[in-house]
Amino acid sequence: MNEELIISGRDNLMVDPHLHIWHWPIPLYLFLGGLAAGVLFFAALYYLMGKENEYRSAVRRVPFIAPIALVLGLAALFYDLRHKAFFWQLYTTIRLESPMSWGAWTLLVITTASFIWCALHIREYFPGWDWKYNWLKELETFFNKYKKQLAWVILIFAIITGVYTGILLSAFNARPLWNTSVLGPLFLASGLSAGAAAIVLMSKNREERLLFTKIDLIILGVELFLIVHMFMGFLASTQVQIEAAGLFLGGPYTMVFWIFVVILGIIIPGVLDLMELRGKHIPALMPGVLVLLGSLMFRFIFVFAGQVSRWLY
Amino acid sequence: MRYAMAVDTKKCVGCSDCVVACQTENNVPIGYCRDWVVEVMDGTYPRLEIELRSERCNHCENAPCVRCCPTGASHIVDGGIVLVKPNKCIGCGACIASCPYDARYPHPKGYVDKCTFCVHRVSQGMKPACVSVCPTKCMYFGDLDDPNSDVSMVLKKRKYKTLIPEAGTKPHLYFLI
Repeated sequence: MNEELIISGRDNLMVDPHLHIWHWPIPLYLFLGGLAAGVLFFAALYYLMGKENEYRSAVRRVPFIAPIALVLGLAALFYDLRHKAFFWQLYTTIRLESPMSWGAWTLLVITTASFIWCALHIREYFPGWDWKYNWLKELETFFNKYKKQLAWVILIFAIITGVYTGILLSAFNARPLWNTSVLGPLFLASGLSAGAAAIVLMSKNREERLLFTKIDLIILGVELFLIVHMFMGFLASTQVQIEAAGLFLGGPYTMVFWIFVVILGIIIPGVLDLMELRGKHIPALMPGVLVLLGSLMFRFIFVFAGQVSRWLY
Repeated sequence: MRYAMAVDTKKCVGCSDCVVACQTENNVPIGYCRDWVVEVMDGTYPRLEIELRSERCNHCENAPCVRCCPTGASHIVDGGIVLVKPNKCIGCGACIASCPYDARYPHPKGYVDKCTFCVHRVSQGMKPACVSVCPTKCMYFGDLDDPNSDVSMVLKKRKYKTLIPEAGTKPHLYFLI
């Protein structure tokens, strides 16, 4: 038997009895960031493939989610900072070793680019839109001229944003549950599937809906594969990672993870997608909402469970 | 210069004097602490073994907190001491999440705070507050590069361990066993 206790009565707020430094704003931001990345990725991809008119919603209408999600996400991040007056220090350095540092710069780029992209398509929602000032009109012509380059920037930075939300956590070697490189692609896949789900939810064109249902199904499959892959990695690793995996395999997070993330968030929407593709008529609301909720739950569970997992000494 | 500390787990009685000395010396806000004492009990009654450890920031050579800090507020100064610049810290908590020893805490004023190895005392040739008050003299402090320093001498003589060396942090806090 081995019992360990801190006899000086250490009770540091947010650190003891186990780490709980990050509350709801962080997983919420990770979800919104992933969703924005997914939506922008598909918009830029189908624009660059020249399918702007076929997949009108994906390229022109759905990206309006992105700046809203990003601004809400940034607000959540800012709310989470404890030394708020010094937030600008983030933008005085670029530290490549710190995912949070280059992530902050990535967010700056992708948020600006998403606003520009939406400004170029503002007439989708407000057909009679007039920019009023000449310099704004000139800016619009400028970005219309370089729209292709803008789309490339969005495509690349959307992928970086999607991966970064996972790498942010996997950089912490002190929390064995987070400390796996699978987290980068897993968070990217989760963000992309949320983006595809949002397009299915908002699109009015049946052909477009079918395409993104298909994409969603594939990404959900990849996600499931990555989750299995992650647990295999954990179980074949050291004691601390075996115990981290144990949080989901019999531990306190087992039920919520397998029910809300895997079954309700991946398997059921996947089956519904498959039925839709087989010609059964499924209300688009069902799989879409399930995927989005699953994606949100995944972040919440992962951020909270990760803070419980720790090294043993 | 590489400052390090060695704590004798055989001499420590777990009185927590080091904790109180630190709180007083460094004006640690009430309810928080930069160092603490851990008691590990091993075995089953009546064959029990107790290890007492006065723990604090390990001032790691490969410090994850410094690596993860997005602004460079967490940094390493001469002598290998890991410090936080309060007016560069944004209070994001990345360093707290990255520390395998849970040695950092969010100061009520917003920035992140931790053990400084009493850099203000050490730079004037004094010992850290915790070391200087220890009633059993179980703590040794000094420069690892100086073979005649207290810490180098005791590490030469005694068996020691560091905490979670497998975390790859290269800690500078040694425990004599």
